[in-house]
Amino acid sequence: MKLSNIVENLSLEVKTGENNLQNDVTGAYISDLLSDVMANGKEGNVWITLQTHLNIVAVSGLKNLAGIIIVNNRPVQEDVLQKAESEKVTIMSTPLPAFEIAGKLYQLLNG
Amino acid sequence: MDETTEGSFQIIGGNFGNAGEASMQLKSKLTELGVNEAIIRRAAIATFEAEMNVIIYAAAGRLHYYINRDKITIKIDDMGPGIENIELAMQEGYSTAPDWVREMGWGAGMGLPNMKKNSDEFRIDSVVGEGTTIEIVINLS
Repeated sequence: MKLSNIVENLSLEVKTGENNLQNDVTGAYISDLLSDVMANGKEGNVWITLQTHLNIVAVSGLKNLAGIIIVNNRPVQEDVLQKAESEKVTIMSTPLPAFEIAGKLYQLLNG
Repeated sequence: MDETTEGSFQIIGGNFGNAGEASMQLKSKLTELGVNEAIIRRAAIATFEAEMNVIIYAAAGRLHYYINRDKITIKIDDMGPGIENIELAMQEGYSTAPDWVREMGWGAGMGLPNMKKNSDEFRIDSVVGEGTTIEIVINLS
């Protein structure tokens, strides 16, 4: 499924990486531990997390993730958004908590 | 790939903003060289965890990588504080990271194990008060 379908169906706010929305999504991984995502996230996964600091951009870029969904509408600092834009990393945001957005995404990907 | 491709980075402790620079450069060099994607993934994970450890724990350090026909070699040395018990530090889940680092989602005790898991050869030496040296080798064939 294309990232753009997910954005539309889950009403995600796209904060960076508008140009990458045609990327294919292979699944999702939920974790707030960055080493866990480095170890267990898969290429093309959407990463659901509450972490918003600079290092999420490097993790997403190094793992070739499809994008990051920030939960609970947590604010993302401008320097993080700029880094994400320059590294072509897609950051999206949802008001929902991780459990709810994951449930919806699971249904969408597997329904 | 007859010649050696190499790169060298200074890493400053506490500088979280630059984390990933060495790993990103190594990843793009390996991509240019047409290295197998699974190997690139392993190199990126091991290098990033090594960078993070210097940033989290040390005052400063250096990272060098060398790529030749047979293998990727990544060497990291830092200026302290050193690891008291390497065996314990290698255990998954063990960490001495302070709370504020854990709140960032680091310090889960996965760094060194992740490095080792993604290496074909992994060497670590540490002297308390002096620093830690790590050598990671990933075979290309």
